[in-house]
Amino acid sequence: MSTTFDLAAAPLRDLNRALHAIGPGDNRTTWDIVNPRGAHSVAVGVTEPVEITVRGNVGYYCGGMNENATIRVEGSAGPGLGENIMSGTIRVTGDASQYAGATGRGGLIVIEGNASSRCGISMKGVDIVVGGNVGHMSAFMAQAGRLVVLGDAGHGLGDSLYEADLYVRGTVASLGADCEEKPMDAEHRAALAALLAEAGVEADPASFKRYGSARTLYHFNVDNADAY
Amino acid sequence: MTKPLTPPQPSATFDDMTMAEIRRAAATGIYDIRGGGAKRKVPHFDDLVVLGASMSRYPLEGYRERCDTDVVLGDRFAEKPLHLKIPITIAGMSFGSLSGPAKEALGRGATLAGTSTTTGDGGMTDEERGHSQTLVYQLLPSRYGMNPRDLRRADAIEVVIGQGAKPGGGGMLLGQKISPRVAAMRTLPEGIDQRSACRHPDWTGPDDLAIKIAELREITDWQKPIFIKVGASRPYYDTALSVKAGADVVVLDGMQGGTAATQSVFIENVGIPTLAAIRPAVQALRDLGMHRKVQLVVSGGIRSGADVAKALALGADAVSIGSAALVAIGDNDPKWEAEYNALGTTAGAYDDWHEGRDPAGITTQDPELMKRLDPVAAGRKLANYLKVMTMEAQTIARACGHNHVHNLEPEDLCALTIEAAAMAGVPLAGTNWIPGADRS
Repeated sequence: MSTTFDLAAAPLRDLNRALHAIGPGDNRTTWDIVNPRGAHSVAVGVTEPVEITVRGNVGYYCGGMNENATIRVEGSAGPGLGENIMSGTIRVTGDASQYAGATGRGGLIVIEGNASSRCGISMKGVDIVVGGNVGHMSAFMAQAGRLVVLGDAGHGLGDSLYEADLYVRGTVASLGADCEEKPMDAEHRAALAALLAEAGVEADPASFKRYGSARTLYHFNVDNADAY
Repeated sequence: MTKPLTPPQPSATFDDMTMAEIRRAAATGIYDIRGGGAKRKVPHFDDLVVLGASMSRYPLEGYRERCDTDVVLGDRFAEKPLHLKIPITIAGMSFGSLSGPAKEALGRGATLAGTSTTTGDGGMTDEERGHSQTLVYQLLPSRYGMNPRDLRRADAIEVVIGQGAKPGGGGMLLGQKISPRVAAMRTLPEGIDQRSACRHPDWTGPDDLAIKIAELREITDWQKPIFIKVGASRPYYDTALSVKAGADVVVLDGMQGGTAATQSVFIENVGIPTLAAIRPAVQALRDLGMHRKVQLVVSGGIRSGADVAKALALGADAVSIGSAALVAIGDNDPKWEAEYNALGTTAGAYDDWHEGRDPAGITTQDPELMKRLDPVAAGRKLANYLKVMTMEAQTIARACGHNHVHNLEPEDLCALTIEAAAMAGVPLAGTNWIPGADRS
């Protein structure tokens, strides 16, 4: 059963409360959110495997802390898209602002357009696929998960990286401290092909370069002080 | 005739500690990292005294007349504010920096005393949730262990902007304490040095924070109080901006407030003393018409009921303790003196909490060491200590004629030093002089 929620007619609080009230076995599994008009915190903290389509642009933190839900934004998203996502999928057909997927722990975020700075900052297991470019300091302090960029990456990619995997098809303006290019083996190409397929994005895995942590900052050494 | 000798003259600038630190830095090539708060002497509550009743006011009978101590935290916007029996809470300390039994002891003690505990930079454990009747869940820059399930099972959420030991700084948990369980909670490889961010990953500045707080309220259906914790540096503006960003409660942590591990140079040189932070924060609340509407919780060097009474008299709604709570459950106990000596220190001065070798079993992840702490007995000690502090604060409040500890006021205090008089905004004892009162 599809439920339409008009954010021009009812407050955001009612929307999120209604989404949180969904329990297992609920038949309201498909939601259409109209007139978002840049609202912040649209569909945050959802826990059930429902399908949510947002017809327009959203502001900050759309899909924040999402669990299990599939959220599609037909438009662009403001800062903090899908912050701390646990599972499920968030797809944006336009662009995303800063810190998309920040601290995300699982699930998948697909940004069909470009993402701004700090995309995937401090990510902890989420997969993020960006169709266009990402801004500076993307994957800063990223701990786990994969960031895939079909376009170019800005300065300081993967600064202070832990164990996340970064794949970039275009150019990288510069790598951040302790981030280095890694070998792109058959297993990585296969894993990337599967992720691209899951994201519904067509690209040749062999055309990407892979980046990861050089692990030189894992234990303090005064001779590395300039890297901090 | 012998030539008169010039006696050896130690330098006040290059004293023994200073020179030892220079030698240590030269030998190791790393700054000194330690736990705890500022150890240098700074103006503190000891520099204030309370003006008991006499002719001009009459006191309440010490053991007969009521003097209430309860406090409500977070009734500005939240549907379910906290109602605590005592105005003393347990400050945020992480599982990771502390052992599981230590966190359990804090939860047990606080619950017995009718107050709250707080998680730390590492997430919430089941032991902690299970043993804390009221639990505040911290949202930190690292977001270690952050998830919506724990957000919903918390009783309040504390957005940590900073802490008194290191306003503007991140954390550092050295590899010795990144055990398999801690590593899993923080999504880190075992045994590496963990660097915590100093700034939140998905907002910058108070305008963004207002939107972030609105998101947290949306996720929790506007039920949970939202605290903002700041390290004391510019308390007037930080408090005003916290109110503007939508806080229900402001937690203000002075430079004596402890940390699990940070550079010693940071702990001793960044931030201002607790005593100096309270009045500007209260003034900000008053200027906004929000005093007693947005509650102010003060921490950093609170040790006794006298400190509690003085902090409340200066305008705080509650205080929070960390270091003192650790001492109450057994930290730095002289009974482990031989082991402290083996670590090159002495009971009372042990602060290498980040190394994970705490003989008391509190600031460690070593399974053998942590067995030394009995969480039930340690929890009882904490409850005793909290009750003693509360009774002491009541004793002082009654002596000033107040039937609630919140009725204590600045007029109940005077200062023993000019510095304390200026910082606390109360007269120097025996005078009506408040240094700096003519300047805002």
